[in-house]
Amino acid sequence: MPKVGIASYGITKFTKDDSKIESVLLKSTKNLFDNNPNLSRNDIDAVLVSTNNNSKYLSAILSEMSGIEPKIAHSIESLCNSGTNAIVSAYSYIASGLADIVLVSGAERYDSPGQILEWDNSRGEFKHPIFWASIFTKAYKREFSVTDEELAIVPVKNHKQAQNNPNALSEKTYSFEDVINSKKLTDDLRLLDCSRPCTGGASILLASENTCKKFTDVPIWITGIGQKTTSAGFTKNIAFSSMESTHLAASTAFKMSKCNVKDIDVAEVHDAFSVCEPMALESIGFTDKGKGMDMIKELHITNNLKINPRGGLIGSGHPLGATGIAQTIEITQQLQSCANKRQVENAEIGLVHNMSAAATSSTVLILER
Amino acid sequence: MNFESELKKGNFIVAECLHCQKIIWPSSEFCNKCFKEVSWRKGSRKGKIIEFSKQNNDHFCLVEIENTIKIMGKISSGIPNVGQHVKIERCGIKDENYYFEMSLI
Repeated sequence: MPKVGIASYGITKFTKDDSKIESVLLKSTKNLFDNNPNLSRNDIDAVLVSTNNNSKYLSAILSEMSGIEPKIAHSIESLCNSGTNAIVSAYSYIASGLADIVLVSGAERYDSPGQILEWDNSRGEFKHPIFWASIFTKAYKREFSVTDEELAIVPVKNHKQAQNNPNALSEKTYSFEDVINSKKLTDDLRLLDCSRPCTGGASILLASENTCKKFTDVPIWITGIGQKTTSAGFTKNIAFSSMESTHLAASTAFKMSKCNVKDIDVAEVHDAFSVCEPMALESIGFTDKGKGMDMIKELHITNNLKINPRGGLIGSGHPLGATGIAQTIEITQQLQSCANKRQVENAEIGLVHNMSAAATSSTVLILER
Repeated sequence: MNFESELKKGNFIVAECLHCQKIIWPSSEFCNKCFKEVSWRKGSRKGKIIEFSKQNNDHFCLVEIENTIKIMGKISSGIPNVGQHVKIERCGIKDENYYFEMSLI
């Protein structure tokens, strides 16, 4: 398979702003061009937009507003992992030879319709994500004898780490007491256990091997891709204390990249809610089942930034269509040694985990220097 | 006849493929294995709690019916347990959402 790499990226601050989706898309695209003065609009063969926004024809609109006339232009939607789905599509266009350079731009507004999956009637009147998150949390706590107090480490750690991310929604740190005493949404979920919907954009430029080297001295290669959709409906999950689609996607990605979980120096995992972080770490294989919180506790105490250095979704905010792209930008910056105060030393291989709708589908990417 | 039109009337019916001898859930006109048209029958209103949590005064439970169908429903009295049996007391469609009100048995 021909090599595909990351040639450039751009991002906006994640906020609660009431901005138009087109404006959010344009902002991160402009930032990408600002970051790479050598890039000409004529170079871009395809423009892919990742969003759950209901506006139509956004890739053509973004192209026109950016002065690009691409061969290929379309949107990609897959709820919360739209971003990495769009990156995988871009990779495929390049690997197949249909395109040489692809711009992927993701954006969302704080009021995204992607938060509720209307189709999933098996959830009855409990369609908001806080209900599946409560079931996951209760099942995880029950199976592995984990307490609410232990799970509170996840938001404490991720808000702490987000303070070194200038684009994060979170602007303060929280104590364990703050998390435990935050608004109780259900018996098993508090407000600070949740990532927050927000307005934000993230763009990334993918290119073939030789072209990539023209635009950056430190290209980052996508060496592993794994995706799995086990169902659409939350209740179809075979387990509620682990993520089957994540486990399968990670296995595929590791196989493709010819590396294993021990080789991963830094990772962004999809902590939509506190419990998702230990579940994701276990399902990817970073640690044994039920041991995720031990790993997270150790990382927190030693200020080790290996997992979610930008603050994850809980610290950064979760603009659905932009999230997977923002995660990929973070790992790219880590591998390029330009993550400033968030830098994990000597990071050479990184992993991105992005999932949708109660882990009914997952994408795992492996990135290498 | 379809699942939603019956649910609107408070009835709980099940789509079954007689060819594959399997229940199709979420309900659909066609079998997801052989694509033959399903047939409809009255569903059991008894199920088993897989997991649950609580919001305000109501428990919300993930319940399995006929070892296949999993739905989320509400229990307004009593304290549920995993594995406990429940009965659908009322079901229907309210504000475009399905609802299942259950009681412990």
